[in-house]
Formats: sequence, C-alpha cells, structure tokens
Amino acid sequence: MTTPDPKPTADPAAEGVGLVETRSVQLFARDDPLRLAGGARLDEVDVAYETYGHLNETADNAIYICHALTGDAHAAGLHVGEARPGWWDNLIGPGRAIDTDRWFVVSSNLLGGCQGTTGPSSTNPETGEPFGLDFPLLDMSDFVTVHRRLGEHLGVRHWHAVVGGSLGGMQVLEWELTHPEDMDRAVLIASSSRLTAQNIAFSAVGRQAIMRDENFQNGRFVDERTPDVGLSIARMMAHITYMSEDAFTEKFGRSHQYGAPSRGFGIDFAVESYLDHQGETFLTRFDALSYLYLTRVMDYFDPFSRPDALARLQQSPVSNLIISFDTDWRFSTAQSRRIMRTLESARIPVTFREIQSPWGHDSFLLPIEPYHATIRAFLEYDGGGQATHE
Amino acid sequence: MSDSNRLPVSHPLRPDLAHVAELVPPGSRVLDLGCGPGTLLRHLIDDRGCSGTGVEHDPDMLLAAISTGVPVLDLDLDADLGEFSDRSYDMVILSRTLQTVQRPSDVLAQMARISDRLVVSMPNFGLWRHRLRLLSGHMPQSRELPFAWYDTPNLHHATLVDLEHYFAGLGLEVEQRVPLTEAGRRLRTDRGANLVAGAAIYLLRPVGR
Repeated sequence: MTTPDPKPTADPAAEGVGLVETRSVQLFARDDPLRLAGGARLDEVDVAYETYGHLNETADNAIYICHALTGDAHAAGLHVGEARPGWWDNLIGPGRAIDTDRWFVVSSNLLGGCQGTTGPSSTNPETGEPFGLDFPLLDMSDFVTVHRRLGEHLGVRHWHAVVGGSLGGMQVLEWELTHPEDMDRAVLIASSSRLTAQNIAFSAVGRQAIMRDENFQNGRFVDERTPDVGLSIARMMAHITYMSEDAFTEKFGRSHQYGAPSRGFGIDFAVESYLDHQGETFLTRFDALSYLYLTRVMDYFDPFSRPDALARLQQSPVSNLIISFDTDWRFSTAQSRRIMRTLESARIPVTFREIQSPWGHDSFLLPIEPYHATIRAFLEYDGGGQATHE
Repeated sequence: MSDSNRLPVSHPLRPDLAHVAELVPPGSRVLDLGCGPGTLLRHLIDDRGCSGTGVEHDPDMLLAAISTGVPVLDLDLDADLGEFSDRSYDMVILSRTLQTVQRPSDVLAQMARISDRLVVSMPNFGLWRHRLRLLSGHMPQSRELPFAWYDTPNLHHATLVDLEHYFAGLGLEVEQRVPLTEAGRRLRTDRGANLVAGAAIYLLRPVGR
C-alpha cells in the first residue's frame, strides 16, 4: 500500500529516527532449514530488517512491526540519498506514538516478500535459478516463525507489543494465538480474522491479471520480461479498494489531468493519471510472484476456525488493541468487530476503537491524531499491576 | 524504563461510584457500560480483584480509559450490546447513563441477557429541590441535573417511584437500593428517598434468576 497523504511529513530527517539502513541476516540455513506449515522446507532464508531505538538491559522494551501486503522493512527514518521516509515514519520516531526514545522497534520484510527477504523470485539453491512457482505455498504461521527467529537473533524473546496494520494485523493475530507468551500487548489495525468473499474476489482478479499477462510464462520470467501489465492492473484495482469514495472525490473530483477535457480512450481524468502512476511506480518496487503468494496467504487465513483456536491465548492472555476506520470498506469495522467479539467472549482483555477518517483503508498509514493518540495510550499505560492484564 | 513519561493514571473515586463498587463482590467479572475514564473499573480491578471490560463512546473518555489500562470498547449502548454473549459477566453496571440512552428498555433487556446482576444508578427527578423549581415555574436544575433543558445529554427523567415501577414492568427485581444525597453520599435512612435522594443506585436481578 502507498501513502496517499497529500502532505508528506515536514522535514522528516530533522524529527524522525534519522538515517537508517536495511540490514540482512540469514536466519535459516541448510543445517537448520525453515519447515513450513504446509510441510515444505526452505534451506536458506535471508531476512531484511531495520531497528530503531535501543534495546534496554532487561530486553523488555521491544516492539515488533508487521507490515502490510506491499510494505517492507523500511518503516521509519531515511535511507541515504532518499527524500521519502519509511512507510510508517509518521508513527515511529522520537516523541511519536511509537516512541523510539522509549521503545526498541524492529521491522522486517516478511517471508515471500521481495524487498530483501527470501521469496519466490529468490534463487533456489537447488537449481541456481529463481524459484518461480516452485516456491512453496505459505501460511500466516510461516511469517510468524520467521519473525520469532529474527527476535531470537536480536536478543528479544519477549515483546512489549507486536503491531501491524492490514495483513500486518493478521500476522499479529496469528502470532498471539499461537505464541501468546511472546508478548504483552497486541495492536491490530484495519485488519481481519477472515477475508470476506468480496475481499477474496478482489484478490482473485488481481492474480488473474498477473497470471494472464503474456509475459507470465508460468512464473518463469524469461529474458527479464515480467508480467508488468498484469501487476500494474492488480495494483491499480487494489488501490481503489484502499481508498474511500469520498477520498477519491476530495482528491480528484472529476477534474481533468491536462486542464481541459481531451475525449478519447487515453488518460484524461486526473484519477486515471493517478492510478496509472500508482501502477507504474509499483513495478519498480514489487514482484508479481510475491503478489500472488502473499495475497493467497490472506485468502486462506481463518485462525478462529481452528479447533481450540483460543486455548493458548486464554492460558497466557495478551492485552489487545483493535482499531478500525469508519470509511474502510476493504477491511471494515465489522471485520475488526469480529476479532473484538471473539477475543472478548474468550475473556481476553481487548480494547476497541473505531476512528473517524475520510480516507478509507489507507488511513492506517496516515497521521490521524486520535488514531496515533490511541496507540500511544495503549502502549504506554502502566501494566505493572500483574493481575489485570499481563 | 523511565517512569517519567507515564500518562496520569487514576482519578479519585467519586463517592457515588464508591457505593457502586461496594455492590460488586470481589473477584467478579464486570461490564461497565458508560465507563467514562475507567475510574470505577480500575478501582474494581486493583482493589477488589475483579476483571472486566468498559464500554465508552466519548472520544476523550475513551482515550482516558485506555490510558489507565482498562480494556474498553468503543461501542454505542443503543446499537451494539448484542456484541456480548449471554450471561458472560457476573455483573453489568450502568452508572448515571440510563437517562442518556435512546431506548432504555432495550438497554436494560440486553443487560439482563448479559448478566444475572445489574447495577443501575440514575438521578432522581423527584428530589424536593426539583419539585420546588417546577412549582416556581422552571425546569429543575441541580448538582444531579446541572444541564439547561435545551442543552442536556439527558433524554429521560424519572422519579425513584417511576423508576421502580418501570423496573418491575421489565421483570427486574430490586435486590438492593442505595439512595444517595446530592453529594453522592449514602442517605442515612431509606425513608422518603423519593423526596430527599439526589440519585439512587439499584442492584437488580432478572426475576427468576
């Protein structure tokens, strides 16, 4: 997802975490491979990650950030030579809602991604060629397995909080259901415990656009020809679902890109130009195969349907914050309320808030004051009284 | 970690809330509807070993409650109480809020579904001071009812007599009544409460449970 905010953070270098770099670590290797939930094995897994702030001596101030479908490890700060800060820079930094003067923040690119972590376009060590569709299907729990291993590598076995929006929130949910002892607090923003048929329909059309592209070639991209048309169409359509109708109206109305109308089938309305730009820039940073693999993980995710889904969490309760946005029709308030209801009825401590925002699903990336204040209050309340939450 | 940045935690418990708290058995699981900044729930958790959930719709109150660390849900009492399972709490509290909801009967029916014990408090319109105001030709205003008639969150007014009749009609039995002075302290005697109580707290039980 992109940041549609028309007002980029002012002078982020002066206020944010400053210069950062993405690091890489091999977390699984041939003698200690990653065993996936589906039974397959990955002999080498590299993970790209960033950290902000400092881990304290007792290692109890760590927060893990799980990113959404098209995010990456670069959540905050600036890379050398780049003007645009990380995708959640308005949330993470000194004095910000996730205050790096206080918390040690870890952000990684998820398994199957294409921003430095092993994914379907990585080289298969068996063949020396890219995996392509030989890359095994992934499950939400596989993301969590890799996140946990990164924590171990960084000396963090227990997280003050695990935080994520959209697909990121789904990872948080999976994590707390399977390893609740890993964390005190969980923050799930604009997320879902189970995609609706409409959600799956949008994902399916995106995948079809990619797979029916003449360059798809069954996932073996030859001569560096990639299914760009399909991937950009998938992105353009998905992007429509990330914004509300009002957001489109406010941002573009019916204005024409070149002032006066120029009738025909080319780009004329400003909104068309915007989507075209979204589709094009997406190609520079995203991979068609990752898009297939990651969206499919979301489609199948339905953790509450498992037998005894909540048993572990009930044994070791995590305090939850669930946030939704009133104009989000991609992952609506109803979907957040389902998580809320399921956790509450299992007697898990849960706080829920619906934030008013005109921007739709992408609101979770925007600096909306009540939203950020809610996250800060939840992360910073004094949980010292053991009996209550932790 | 430094403690200096911590958000301010609890406010002192208002006298009327202290009386509500006394009706809650230690260790209960409590649902506090209209929990405000979470003060009562925080007290019940810290001092009476309770657990529970608050419900609050006002943005500032909600944020204050989150800052105290009580679980709180941003829900509308008139529309959203169906989210809670049948008999899922030991006690459900509605403190000084019944008069502000759109459909009090629906809210009370939901409360009786969610729990076998209800605590409801409400200002008493029958207080002598209010009656004098009416006799003098004006709408009542007091510590309990501080709002002008044209600018008030209170949609419904009732005397204690009316309220008890209403509870009976809804199948709610009064197990205990705690009439309060205008300052929120317990009245010395229960007699004449409809005339001298500023408000009253009721412990209710659905008939037959």
